[in-house]
Amino acid sequence: MCDTCGCNDPHNHPHDHAHPHEHGHGHSHEHGHPPPVRTVPVQKSALELNQRLADQNRGWFRAKGLKVFNLLSSPGSGKTALLERTLRDLPRAAAIVGDLQTENDADRLRAAGAQAIQITTGATCHLDAHMVAHALEKLDVAGLETLFIENVGNLVCPASYDLGEAKRVVLLSVTEGEDKPLKYPVIFRNADLVLVTKTDLAAAVGFDREKALAAIRQTAPRAQILELSAQTGAGIDDWLAWLRT
Amino acid sequence: MHELSLMSNLLADAAAAADGAPICALRVRVGPLSGVVVEALRFAFEALAPDTPAAGARLDVEETAPAFHCPRCGADYETPVGAYQCPGCGAADGELRGGHELELISIEVPDHV
Repeated sequence: MCDTCGCNDPHNHPHDHAHPHEHGHGHSHEHGHPPPVRTVPVQKSALELNQRLADQNRGWFRAKGLKVFNLLSSPGSGKTALLERTLRDLPRAAAIVGDLQTENDADRLRAAGAQAIQITTGATCHLDAHMVAHALEKLDVAGLETLFIENVGNLVCPASYDLGEAKRVVLLSVTEGEDKPLKYPVIFRNADLVLVTKTDLAAAVGFDREKALAAIRQTAPRAQILELSAQTGAGIDDWLAWLRT
Repeated sequence: MHELSLMSNLLADAAAAADGAPICALRVRVGPLSGVVVEALRFAFEALAPDTPAAGARLDVEETAPAFHCPRCGADYETPVGAYQCPGCGAADGELRGGHELELISIEVPDHV
């Protein structure tokens, strides 16, 4: 370890040496002790590459006339069930779905009659713009108007990654606990729409609707809020209308 | 644990800026709305730095707060995470001006002169 600057390479870079004693040899120059390090400004975001690719995706979506929605929630909030229902009711729509493993979600959506592309991320906890760009290579855009990107079920990491979407939709199911937006405020703050899902189960789980709505309004002050059940179809019309706005 | 891949980006940017020199310190700015946990970022740094020019380097983290500009009353204000109302007029639709950063501000390299 280099004692002067703390880095691990003591031999390959000279430092002004700090002697407590007088030097025996004559220096022709001033024996100063300049700062041993210098600062190199960088100013670069860790997400710069993702942002560039997201902007490319966004340009591509615009060129193809595609309206794109990024769906985010914890695992099991009903993203895929909502898409099954939505893709049956909304023509000219397709989905890209992200999971760590399996084609199960894409299979479910194909069974609903729609084009669906699965991204399996392996161990990665979110989708990024690069993965989406590769999925787009497999997408048949002819006649498409709407594309859903179902993110990996996770309320933390996906918040950091712009995929190029037009709108962010965050789902909160009634079975999850009304204070979830307070526990995961970062992802909710970026939402354009918060969907309260599985409303058919609200009574069974003692869901406190007012408490949940207050938590959403606090953490996602700019978001619109809709409530629905993909199971019964309650609230689906409002959702479809929002998608068309 | 997306902090690992983000730290790997920061280390690559640091190595590029160092241009072959060993890196003594990295200065990073992290906002609470970036979705990144500082402890996880530090852990990722410890795990990844030894194989880079930043081996043994110091990681300085500058933490910011959510910062807004209120379009209604014109106030500039900071808030805790999860409560973004303007303290002046109570409006909830402030424009985000800070708190979402995750960036490498600068590095320190040995001064050879």
